[in-house]
Amino acid sequence: MIETKKLVKRFGLKTVLRGVDFKVQPGEFVALLGPNGAGKTTFLRILASLARPTLGEVTVAQYKLPEEAPKVRAKLGVVSHLPLLYPDLTAEENLLFYARLYGLNEPQARITATLNMVGLENRRRDLVGAFSRGMQQRLAIGRAILHDPEVILFDEPYTGLDQDASEMLDQTLRSVAATGKTVVMTSHDLARAESLATRFDVLSRGVIVASATRADLAQTDLLKFYKQALAN
Amino acid sequence: MTESTRPPAPSFSKAVLAIVRKDLSAELRSRELLSAMLVFALLVILIFNFALELDVKVRETVTAGVLWTTFAFAGTLGLNRSMSVEKDRGCLDGLLLAPVDRSAIYFGKALSNLIFMLIVEAFTLPVYSLLYNVNLFQPGLLLVVLLGSIGYIAVGTLLATMAVQTRTRDVMLPILLFPIVLPVLLASVKASAGFLNGLDFAEISGALNLLIAYDLIFIAVPLMLFEYVVEE
Repeated sequence: MIETKKLVKRFGLKTVLRGVDFKVQPGEFVALLGPNGAGKTTFLRILASLARPTLGEVTVAQYKLPEEAPKVRAKLGVVSHLPLLYPDLTAEENLLFYARLYGLNEPQARITATLNMVGLENRRRDLVGAFSRGMQQRLAIGRAILHDPEVILFDEPYTGLDQDASEMLDQTLRSVAATGKTVVMTSHDLARAESLATRFDVLSRGVIVASATRADLAQTDLLKFYKQALAN
Repeated sequence: MTESTRPPAPSFSKAVLAIVRKDLSAELRSRELLSAMLVFALLVILIFNFALELDVKVRETVTAGVLWTTFAFAGTLGLNRSMSVEKDRGCLDGLLLAPVDRSAIYFGKALSNLIFMLIVEAFTLPVYSLLYNVNLFQPGLLLVVLLGSIGYIAVGTLLATMAVQTRTRDVMLPILLFPIVLPVLLASVKASAGFLNGLDFAEISGALNLLIAYDLIFIAVPLMLFEYVVEE
């Protein structure tokens, strides 16, 4: 579903990604872990066609990037730590705007189904600016899954959320993952990543330094695996 | 949603229309952008009115210059605000993630900005007429205002998109914009002064043709460059 080969990304003289080889099968939930500055966000932005690779090959949902970017974007949902929502529009108006941009048929039915899924149906006519951070993040997930994408990318979705909001986001992420979508999530929160993902990759200084499935981690815990990966 | 039921990407015009509707809805609710532009335009006119009050002859000859100075400064304020709204909450990424031609995003934002600029001008012209006792409601002058605004907004929207991605975005836009948009402003001032002074059309047509040529160039170039401006 997602594959990168020898992916390199440079910003001027600074090399952020140094030949990333990465492959995700359909239905997998991959947690991409790593310290600050490892290149996680840059990697996700390339997969989302928001940044161009300097070198290497990128394929998402069977389409090559950047050549077939519009086709990839139709099959992709992205959630970042920013909500990508307009505070002066209601939840429904925000989703309606994105439904129009994605050319969805019967947008109202999709919006209702999406708001139900993220638990915001009773707030559909409220301004997003009046939402708590947690509610905005749940609506951001709604925006990302509105067009029923095959691949969803989460970039630090828990940033700035309190305990209650994080737990509610956990539930929303679980219900999204349960629909069989392919998910890649970057996170600093190892406990949350461990409870959600089926595979764990560690990105450090622009390369994937370790990868393990949930089964591989049966003998050890994620923290130990993570620390060992960074130490090596 | 299966591959066969997945809707095709929306047409260029539908995407443009969606962005314009979204911008107008958000502005109708917040009134932040228009009120700032209108108050600023009013203040500039009042300052010029007091500064030039004693010399009636000067007041008659500077009308075109004062008008376009007002439009240019108020327009800069609007352009900055319009793109800041997109950048601050990651909404620009939301637009770029949509499976539409990126020139549709540029065109949608430019059309919204043009509508806001024309609203400010529709308010400014009668106020100016009242304060300076000059009849500005001449078809020729109104045509120049429209053509000048199109050129200004066309290049301004592209540069505002660039400026908003810098740390010094508030000062960056006028620094980038005014040198580039100078030909449009000069042609607009010249053509406006021609109509206000009752010159023959033959004498004004040179400036008017120049304005049309600049408009075409300033629409075509951003349409080609926008994708490279927004992509990392």
